[in-house]
Amino acid sequence: MSGVLLEARNLTKEFPAGRKKKVHAVSDVSLQVFQGETLGLVGESGCGKSTLGRLMIRLLRPDSGALLVGGDDVTHLSEKEFRKYRRQLQLIFQDPYASLDPRLNVRDLIAEPLRTNHTCRTKEELTQRVLALMEDVGIPGEYLYRYPHQFSGGQRQRIGIARALAADPELIVCDEPVSALDVPVQNQILNLLKKLQKSRGLTYLFISHDLSVVRHISDRVCIMFLGTLCETGRVDDVYQNPQHPYTRYLMNAILVPDPHHRTDRIELLSGEIPSAVDPPSGCRFHTRCPYADDRCRREAPKMTDAGDGHLTACHYPLGNRPGDHS
Amino acid sequence: MESKTLEIRNLNTSFFTQQGEVRAACDVCLEVQPGQITGIVGESGCGKSVTARSVMGLVRYPGRVVSGEILLDGKAMTGISGKEACSLRGAEVSMIFQEPMTSLNPVMKVGKQVEEALLLHRKLSKKEAAKSAAQMLEKVGISDVKNRMECYPHQLSGGLRQRVMIAMAMICSPKLLIADEPTTALDVTVEAQILRLMKQLCDAGTSILLISHNLGVIAQICDYVYVMYAGRVVEQADTMTLFDHPAHPYTRGLLQAARSLRSDAEVLATIPGVVPNLLHLPAGCSFSPRCGQCQEPCKTSMPDMLPAGEKGHLVRCFLAEKEKQQPVEAI
Repeated sequence: MSGVLLEARNLTKEFPAGRKKKVHAVSDVSLQVFQGETLGLVGESGCGKSTLGRLMIRLLRPDSGALLVGGDDVTHLSEKEFRKYRRQLQLIFQDPYASLDPRLNVRDLIAEPLRTNHTCRTKEELTQRVLALMEDVGIPGEYLYRYPHQFSGGQRQRIGIARALAADPELIVCDEPVSALDVPVQNQILNLLKKLQKSRGLTYLFISHDLSVVRHISDRVCIMFLGTLCETGRVDDVYQNPQHPYTRYLMNAILVPDPHHRTDRIELLSGEIPSAVDPPSGCRFHTRCPYADDRCRREAPKMTDAGDGHLTACHYPLGNRPGDHS
Repeated sequence: MESKTLEIRNLNTSFFTQQGEVRAACDVCLEVQPGQITGIVGESGCGKSVTARSVMGLVRYPGRVVSGEILLDGKAMTGISGKEACSLRGAEVSMIFQEPMTSLNPVMKVGKQVEEALLLHRKLSKKEAAKSAAQMLEKVGISDVKNRMECYPHQLSGGLRQRVMIAMAMICSPKLLIADEPTTALDVTVEAQILRLMKQLCDAGTSILLISHNLGVIAQICDYVYVMYAGRVVEQADTMTLFDHPAHPYTRGLLQAARSLRSDAEVLATIPGVVPNLLHLPAGCSFSPRCGQCQEPCKTSMPDMLPAGEKGHLVRCFLAEKEKQQPVEAI
């Protein structure tokens, strides 16, 4: 495998929540993103996946831990020193309706990052670059002077992608880029992201709650629960042979679009995600886990490698026990 | 034959905007059979929510129901006074919405919100109402009911809020429950729980009209499905038939898109083009500009709902007649 592009070492981020209370958004998370891969980051809402995504491109500063870009520790660099890395790390947002300035036309929207990075010397060159980017993402050039409200959700997401590409990044954090879109449009955007990855050698950190989407687009996947990672590995390994009980429950909850495979009888996870303000002791999943015992309540499990980079944070991984999801 | 729980005949609901009339629901005919879960599926803007809101009489200005009949258990819902409609809503038919936070009253304890419908429709005493509210909340899977009834909506998680919504809707044991994207805002594990709860409610005798854009949800719990596109029903069939032998090119496109995500396909299936603007619908069949099998008549006239193969399988497509002679290839 090629080199590590981005690495998180024991990142922790807490947000204040009233008197002396804290939201433990991300707790002691370490992960590596390799050059040219797509790393999926899956979890339910409130599990800290967006916070982690933002920490990974230093839109948020961690409370502790370190962030390495291409081997350089950038955790404590000043904004000015960080600027040359900033260009390499871009972000696509979830809501294509809220993430574009309604008062800028397409040309200005896409030109903004080009201007910030002083990429173009003349106006003519700038327009040419914008048109080239529009072509790359599949927005017809004649829409150059249109405003966001004149576009559909899918087209707006394409504009968002063009903005991210304008900085000519190495890595793009895609934060739920397709969850606001209908399935056929979602598929168009996923195809586009794959195509761009191939032609530009991009690396993606792909955040989503949709397991099917993540399976399609990712090479490796991280499963998150309440601020911690519970499982990571190659997509096929994790989906076909989940080791963490939570992962298996997630797989069970996938709604298969096939009435012949109804999942009426499959065991479902009961309860809801515990509060991140007061997370459970030990393993954070123990309150919902049918296999939990005293050790789980006491001691937080560490990520252990089952081989081939398939890591699980569980005292009692499922092993090769047959799952009830085939 | 048992009477239908809900029957919609030629419903037309339009929004009269400055740019012109937007026909959001166009000649919609739909039935909900007793004890069944009937689904409406389609992309955003296809008219599925408007159809549901028309039933409830909740279409907001500048929209209104222009024509059509809505029969609830044989009784007309259209052309009745506001007062009569109020006595039906919440008692005979109720609705749950996508976003449970914005649909609950933020300054009222959830217990009181559930009791409200009982006090209004059943004329129970406060004590009796509180008791049945607690029972209902328990029935929808809320633990620690006593304390939870004293909570305000913001103190509850999304899944619990949706359960409260369902309890409110079910408290007067309505004949029909309309669920508009009930799980779209929820997490996958909670979504599965809520769908299972809806299935249980249906087994206990409530008919459900379920609106969703997610074919996974439809496949998992619906008995009968309507597919809508650009304000019209384009295909209807029982769930098995629809998924096994989709007849409308749009339905096939939707199914292929949903299935390719689960296959190993390198490039995902999509539907070319975009959903048309309801203000400027194409002539003829609304789907014709995006349809790979579009022929001359499709460009000039709108097809009727034609029978396709199985009993009760109707499709708004000129090709349906031809398809019938040859076996429909599975996709």
